[in-house]
Amino acid sequence: MIFDLAFIWAGVIAFSVLTYVILDGFDLGIGILFPFLRKKEDKDLAMNTVAPVWDGNETWLVLGGGGLYAVFPLAYGVVLTALYVPMIAMLIGLIFRGVAFEFRWRTEKGQYLWDWSFFGGSIMAAFAQGVALGALVQGIEISDRLYAGGNFDWLTPFSMLTGVAVVVGYALMGSTWLILKTTGAVRDLAYRFSWRLSFGVWLTLGLVTAITPFLNPEYFTRWFTWPTILFSVIMPILLLFASYMFYSGLKSRNDLTPFLATLVLFTLGFIGIGISFYPYIVPPTLTIWQAAAPDSSLAFIGWGALFLIPTILTYSAYSYWVFRGKVEPGEGYH
Amino acid sequence: MFGFDAIELARMQFAFTVSAHITFPAFSIGLASFLAVLNGLHLLTKNEIYLQVFNYWKTIFAVVFGMGVVSGIVMSYQFGTNWPIFADKTGPILGPLLGYEVMSAFFLEAGFLGVMLFGRERVGPRLHLFATSMVALGTLMSATWILSVNSWMQTPAGYSINEVGQFVPENWFEIVFNPSFPYRLVHMVLAAFLTTALAIGAVGAWHLLKDSTNKPARLMFSMTMWMLITVAPLQILAGDEHGINTLEYQPAKIAAMEGHYETEEGGTPLIIFGFPNDETERVDYAVKIPYLGSLILTRSLTGSFAGLKEFPKEDRSPALIVFWTFRIMVAIGFGMLGLGMWGVFKRWRGSMYESRWLQKASILMGPMGFVAVLAGWVTTEVGRQPWTVYGLLRTVDSAGPLEASAVGASLLVFIVVYFTLFGAGTVYVLRLMGQNPDEGNDIHDLGPTRAAGITPGLAKNLSNEEPKK
Ligand code: HDD
Ligand code: HEM
Ligand code: HEM
Repeated sequence: MIFDLAFIWAGVIAFSVLTYVILDGFDLGIGILFPFLRKKEDKDLAMNTVAPVWDGNETWLVLGGGGLYAVFPLAYGVVLTALYVPMIAMLIGLIFRGVAFEFRWRTEKGQYLWDWSFFGGSIMAAFAQGVALGALVQGIEISDRLYAGGNFDWLTPFSMLTGVAVVVGYALMGSTWLILKTTGAVRDLAYRFSWRLSFGVWLTLGLVTAITPFLNPEYFTRWFTWPTILFSVIMPILLLFASYMFYSGLKSRNDLTPFLATLVLFTLGFIGIGISFYPYIVPPTLTIWQAAAPDSSLAFIGWGALFLIPTILTYSAYSYWVFRGKVEPGEGYH
Repeated sequence: MFGFDAIELARMQFAFTVSAHITFPAFSIGLASFLAVLNGLHLLTKNEIYLQVFNYWKTIFAVVFGMGVVSGIVMSYQFGTNWPIFADKTGPILGPLLGYEVMSAFFLEAGFLGVMLFGRERVGPRLHLFATSMVALGTLMSATWILSVNSWMQTPAGYSINEVGQFVPENWFEIVFNPSFPYRLVHMVLAAFLTTALAIGAVGAWHLLKDSTNKPARLMFSMTMWMLITVAPLQILAGDEHGINTLEYQPAKIAAMEGHYETEEGGTPLIIFGFPNDETERVDYAVKIPYLGSLILTRSLTGSFAGLKEFPKEDRSPALIVFWTFRIMVAIGFGMLGLGMWGVFKRWRGSMYESRWLQKASILMGPMGFVAVLAGWVTTEVGRQPWTVYGLLRTVDSAGPLEASAVGASLLVFIVVYFTLFGAGTVYVLRLMGQNPDEGNDIHDLGPTRAAGITPGLAKNLSNEEPKK
């Protein structure tokens, strides 16, 4: 049986991770771009575009982690011990950038310190997430329900590459978000960033895509045999379409399309990873069903999720709606 | 690393990070409710002073809340990084409870926080009150779920154990409402309210000492005094009931808290002071009050309860720590009651705002709520040792294949980062508290367009003041 609770829950977790990547992606991206916004007023403005929503964005990460603990406890334990170092690095990064949102406004003399804390924390968290992803794609050794490898197994050229890819990708999301939310000099700057970053994204994403099928024979067969080869045909078409949207948006200076196109791009990449992974939750040995908690647990939290997740989406959307539109310099509702 | 093994380091890491974390929620649970009340009073009475005090504390809340969020995210991943066996075994039961916490509490707080802090002008006063109330409700829901989780580890119920050794749910009602949960929830929420009240009172007192006509400071001080006289007695009652519940379900913990090695017949004394010694199994320099121990725990002069010697040595927690942290908490609890009574007396005499000694005492008591909360948690958690799931899963069997070098290094990083960043945060909070709530507080200046203090404009004022300090 495929459409059972474990499968549905794998979908829900994938959804919350994707939502996290999209929402916190642009918000970490702003942090990554921070030093390149030279003027203090530009920094203020950039931060104000995300200040009212960053906490909600980050909560999706907590749902991803908490959900994994609830639904796939075995995977939660194994993955977090295997990725101990990148995970701690991510948490530390998130602390540095999280506190900067408030601390930055509390001092003038020390403001530059919090600017660096915001930048450093954001780039560290993004890189660590990319590294964790790469290491997971490469596979994790398990024996006897426990991680069986060493402290540094995650450290490979491939995971470094995925780390860089995520940093560049988040930066692109950040710059297209700035296009959407600002006017004047900052927007001009963001247009320029977006052009340049897009090449970085193509390069790193291209390399990652080219290497992935060769990491694990199963990924290879997944992408190059019938019927899943269909995806290998459809995905590039969709990718081309998204990049067409992206560049035409940049050219015609339509403030919304580059951001949307970037989101589509990331969603496609995410689906691609999902296709390679299925039916594993921790490749190459642990499947969704082996890691799942008993059905009674899945059902108990499932009923709540059925009602609560749509509610969450509704009021989160409301919050974005309240803060819709361009943020003007000096308006600073922060 | 440093002569500690991986398990000991993981325990230190958990204890350190969770202690840092609980400090912030203890404050933000109370502050969120306080802000909602102020917001409601303003809407009801149209008296601008409530909005003024609201705006003053809102900024502090934002800083504290931010630190609570980032330290909390660490906690939710730490079950997996340091305790994979624990995570695997308890996941089917505790995971869904934490999942509910995320979905019903964290999102609620986070979703309405932006509107609460920055959106008053955009949504109008009514929706703004709604947003503030949702944030407050979120913090209370969060406390509810996390305490259910913690209580289940203390007094597990409604579970069975499957073939791979996981705890699996049998009855969700029994799991969520496990035997110690109601007591712990009430006690912790009251603790958060008291902690916040003391901090607010201290700020009020500080500014009253400089100028006893300061209106917002008077409001803060008066609200705190009402809070203390009503909630401190409730807290003492709740703590007492909590203890009786613990005696029923965790008798070894109570024996350690009370420092009783022997089971005494015909009336157990209360040891108020002494040094329990686990080696010799007696209490050095004990100061005792006869019969009182029996009276408190069994409600009779001659009732008896088990001493530590009834339990195998490997099942006991370190009595010295538990004995003392418990006494610190209780002493502070009576201290709060005393302060509250003093306040009532001065209010009756009509000199509450002028009484300098009362104000100095309030300033001294300002940080004591935090001390009591930490002492209470150490009592609960250390007293639970050597188990992570009481009577079922030992702490030593909960950690995974950790390497001491990794755990030790991350512990060091956490210590350095927490002390620097949260230290800076504390300095900013104290600096905000040092600002006169009645100064530069032209309502319009603090109005919604440029939310209190967070605006670059106000940040400037603030740092203009820096050289003076
Ligand atoms: C009695 C209250 C209480 C206790 C014992 C704990 N927490 Fe907490 N926690 C809160 C009360 C709270 C809160 C008041 O709801 C916070 C404070 C700031 C905030 O955002 O919510 C919070 C924040 C918070 C967050 C961030 C939520 C967000 O992104 O908005 C996480 C992930 C956790 N906590 C997780 C934990 C874990 C895993 C704990 C136990 C080990 C824990 N908390 C103990
Ligand atoms: C927030 C206030 C809390 C404080 C101050 C606190 C403190 C502590 C301390 C000091 C220990 C170490 C005991 C020892 O090693 O002797 C400990 C252990 C532990 N606590 Fe807590 N705790 C708190 C809340 C929680 C909560 C809410 C949970 C669960 C969600 C929790 C889960 C654990 C676990 C799993 C351990 C076992 C690891 C160990 O024994 O060190 N704690 N805690
Ligand atoms: C005289 C009054 C008090 C008594 C008799 C009392 C009693 C207790 C008892 C029996 C426990 C449970 C330990 C266990 O068995 O697990 C406890 C825990 C705790 N206490 Fe108190 N307490 C008092 C005052 C306070 C005050 C004033 C505060 C804080 C402001 C506080 C904060 C806590 C906390 C945070 C815990 C741990 C969480 C919990 O188990 O609820 N207590 N207290």
